[in-house]
Amino acid sequence: MTIDLKTIKHISKLSRISLEDEKAKKLATDLSSIFEFIEKLNELDTKGIDPLTSIAETTLKFRKDEVKSQNIREKILKNSPSDNEDFFVVPKVVE
Amino acid sequence: MTKNNSEFIITRENKNYEVVIGLEVHAQVLSNSKLFSSSSTKFGAEPNTQVSLVDAAFPGMLPVINEFCIKQAIKTGIGLRAKINNKSVFDRKNYFYADLPQGYQISQYKYPIVGEGKVILDMPYGQKEIGIERLHLEQDAGKSIHDVDPENTMVDLNRSGVALMEIVSKPDLSSPEEVNIYIKKLRSIMRYLGTCDGNMQEGSLRADVNVSVKQKGEDKLGTRCEIKNVNSIKFMQMAIIYEANRQVDLLEEGKNIEQETRLFDTKKNETRSMRTKEDAHDYRYFPDPDLLPLEVTDEFIDSIKADIPELPDEKKKRFIEKFKLTPYEATILVSDIETSKYFEEVIKDSDVKLSTNWITGELFALLNDRNLEISNSPISAKNLSKLINLIKNGTISGKIAKTVFELMIDGDKDPEVIVNEKGLKQQSDPKELEKLILKIIEDNEEKVKEYKSGKDKLFGFFVGQAMKASGGKANPKLLNEILKNKLSK
Amino acid sequence: MTDITSLTLTELVKNIKVKKLSSSEITKAFVERSEKSKDLNTYITEEFSSAINKAKKFDEKPNFDLKLPGIPIAVKDLFCTNGVKTTAGSKILNNFIPTYESTVTQNIWDQGGILLGKLNCDEFAMGSSNETSFFGNVQNPIDKNLVPGGSSGGSSSSLAANLTPVTIGTDTGGSIRQPASFTGTVGLKPTYGSCSRYGIVAFASSLDQAGPMSKNVKDCSLLLEVISSYDPKDSTSIEFKRNNYSKELTNNIKGKKIGIPKEYRVEGMPNEIEELWKKGIEYIKECGAEVVDISLPHTNYALPTYYIVAPAEASSNLARYDGVKYGFRTKGKNLIDMYEKTRSDGFGNEVKRRIMIGTYVLSSGYYDAYYLKAQKVRRLIKKDFDESYGKVDAILTPSTPSSAFKIGEKTNDPISMYLNDIFTVPVNLAGLPAISIPAGFDNEGYPLGLQIIGKAFDEQTILNIAYSMEEKINFKNKITDWWIK
Ligand SMILES: [Mg+2]
Ligand SMILES: [Zn+2]
Repeated sequence: MTIDLKTIKHISKLSRISLEDEKAKKLATDLSSIFEFIEKLNELDTKGIDPLTSIAETTLKFRKDEVKSQNIREKILKNSPSDNEDFFVVPKVVE
Repeated sequence: MTKNNSEFIITRENKNYEVVIGLEVHAQVLSNSKLFSSSSTKFGAEPNTQVSLVDAAFPGMLPVINEFCIKQAIKTGIGLRAKINNKSVFDRKNYFYADLPQGYQISQYKYPIVGEGKVILDMPYGQKEIGIERLHLEQDAGKSIHDVDPENTMVDLNRSGVALMEIVSKPDLSSPEEVNIYIKKLRSIMRYLGTCDGNMQEGSLRADVNVSVKQKGEDKLGTRCEIKNVNSIKFMQMAIIYEANRQVDLLEEGKNIEQETRLFDTKKNETRSMRTKEDAHDYRYFPDPDLLPLEVTDEFIDSIKADIPELPDEKKKRFIEKFKLTPYEATILVSDIETSKYFEEVIKDSDVKLSTNWITGELFALLNDRNLEISNSPISAKNLSKLINLIKNGTISGKIAKTVFELMIDGDKDPEVIVNEKGLKQQSDPKELEKLILKIIEDNEEKVKEYKSGKDKLFGFFVGQAMKASGGKANPKLLNEILKNKLSK
Repeated sequence: MTDITSLTLTELVKNIKVKKLSSSEITKAFVERSEKSKDLNTYITEEFSSAINKAKKFDEKPNFDLKLPGIPIAVKDLFCTNGVKTTAGSKILNNFIPTYESTVTQNIWDQGGILLGKLNCDEFAMGSSNETSFFGNVQNPIDKNLVPGGSSGGSSSSLAANLTPVTIGTDTGGSIRQPASFTGTVGLKPTYGSCSRYGIVAFASSLDQAGPMSKNVKDCSLLLEVISSYDPKDSTSIEFKRNNYSKELTNNIKGKKIGIPKEYRVEGMPNEIEELWKKGIEYIKECGAEVVDISLPHTNYALPTYYIVAPAEASSNLARYDGVKYGFRTKGKNLIDMYEKTRSDGFGNEVKRRIMIGTYVLSSGYYDAYYLKAQKVRRLIKKDFDESYGKVDAILTPSTPSSAFKIGEKTNDPISMYLNDIFTVPVNLAGLPAISIPAGFDNEGYPLGLQIIGKAFDEQTILNIAYSMEEKINFKNKITDWWIK
């Protein structure tokens, strides 16, 4: 399976990572060889096999409906790249 | 039972188009803490004060599910007469947005917690059944504020992670009016169950509206457009009318309808395309590896079932059978849980018929007038019940009762106290009335003569005079009797 | 007395308890050696003066009941540490200071451990040689310009170079065991769900596990005992009775059945590794255990499966690094532009490569062919192990198909890099515990490791087997201090 440049551009858009053309080309080559390797799986017939999503041999544990987390706005915003004290700030979004 | 004569038809040059509507309602789960974190869900807090490390998606933070939210979803599912799934799965819906800190929303995609169900609508043309496709649990996003700063968007994550139930209907709705009744019915059911407060102003209930049109009688569905996140019934109706007409116009022009997501602009009263094609969405759903499948036992579901109160449909049936209400009256009285509670409180020891009339008449007019919910009614059920008893036992007339009702509003006054203080008690002592009537006969000899000579119409004159003389308090029935008797002598 | 830094954890704890050494003396010794070892580039963040202060405090009011009384420990920079910069080896978290502590590191501090610093690793733990770190290569103390393995390369190098008495790493596809094998040290990946993932920068949630790295098996069992705990803050954490691994450690493995999977003989594997494996089998027999030939038929499909599952989860886990809440941001003309530039500048090539693979295998039209397929094969791989564990108590394999390679040798060939994890990856896919112990050297004198894979939750058995083999192997690492001027 070869991954073409168009596909690379599409997934770079989906994953919100901009790519210069040079890098995109290199990535297309890398990914093509990786997918060739991955496609070894096609040798296997997996009809009727239940996919395994979680390896943890337990059931989902529930939490009680209690408010435990208090106002930690300062902590939450401390690492934010903008210095607003009340909000996270991003470039203007136009809908 | 299922009738479909909604009569919402768009006509163009002798072609008739029907509208097909499906709703994805987002209902905020009533809970203290969020779906996967222990921060508060309270509305109206200072920005970013109800945000935990989990809600803001800090590195290494993990979701842990709130048991109560699961119970609320199951409860709602039972209220929608739906199948509860013993096993469901949380998936990640991946997309980037400023108010989505994880870069994905935890939702349920392939395996929702609640499967197919139904909702019955009481339409003027009969009952209509609306199919429910599914109900699933998911996280709400934060809020982006665009209008504070001209250059930047501010992000408040207080809502981020609050539990939502997404209730997806089948495309069974066919008019803006059905949408109105459907939303009200859903809201009613959830308020009965206590699973969602249904407060649309606070955004506890919003809907994505899927609209398509097709020529009348045709089976095949048209291409649908999804109008995102509409937060009032009025806007939903306006959006549907606009969107259906837009689609019909396109078809009439021989153009194609593109399946897309649209936004309703409330100021311009129109829908417009929300996302450009090059930015096509691909949510890359996959099971969230931080969470195991959600498993609930039959015993768990049964214990919730045992907790389900009487719901609107059953209550309506009971009201009709037990209290002999008309279906119309019953529908009105059960539509809101608070109304039904008020009604049952009033009739505990007063006449059902009178109570029904007074609640749906005077009280509703008052609430409407003052834009109040019945839970904030200025007149309590206890005092309204007393007023009704005063009418029923003849202490006051229906007419006086209206005066008393007005006087009760300010401060929820006791009607008995008002009647006593203002001396509004009905004059029901025959001896007193006789005295009063004899005086009138004495004062109006001429009129009596005329009456006796056959001018029957004058009877009303005597009633009026007597009523006036009693200050409006005379028992009308008794007054009539005595007057007739005296005049015939 | 011998150099403090060459002592094992067990020896240090004993010395502190009998008051032969103080926490300050020990801490200073490791700090001094670490100061002289900057050329190895093992530390991203040094907490030396704070460590010395904490040691002083410990000595003023010592608590000898603790399991790690006043012991300084450096940890992989993938664990969030309260108030101490945590980078995951990435530019995108270059300035990130958590306000919280990972459960695993908290467990260490609760038992008296003292943070020495944060250790270099492959960016977001994606790599097998520590070459993907934004903070540069790490040198293997075994030889100059040799990789220390990865992704826990800063950990393995620090440990082998005696800069920390023990350390912790994380293992998603071999990231503890492979670097242990490359540096002549011991590394254990516990059963999935044993150690909490709370506060660990996530790579692939269904595979990630934290685990101990040490100079010998005894130390490994002690550290495992400290870090393994049930944590309600991690929904995949498992409640089970955890052993006192160090107390219950025994070299009596008589009657244990050890499986030898024929599929682990791969083409092109150096003869030395084949020989080492044979020697391992002999040792096991000498210990009184029984060797059984087994088959794990889907072994060859593990790596392709891993390179679908791990990137898929990673592509989603790393979506939170968007320049909004914390970390690095490149300005953009609008929101999308800001995202794209931030993530393009903030992530390195290998991370981008894996995000792209993950995005692709989950995207519409490809999900079934790749992601779903991989999950089905993952079931088959697990089934192979389940069936074998009907017959054996543990499985013995080589840890890696080669010894440590030169820096730069594989950076342009992702597949040959990925092949390094061929023996370790199946274990993560099946969620099992496995330990790598140093077992010998190749012709160059570079260490080689053997891996013992256990049943789920049966860390004790593999520790016991490793412990008894360790006695027979009597491995002595060859460290020349070449980097100290
Ligand atoms: Mg929707
Ligand atoms: Zn939704």
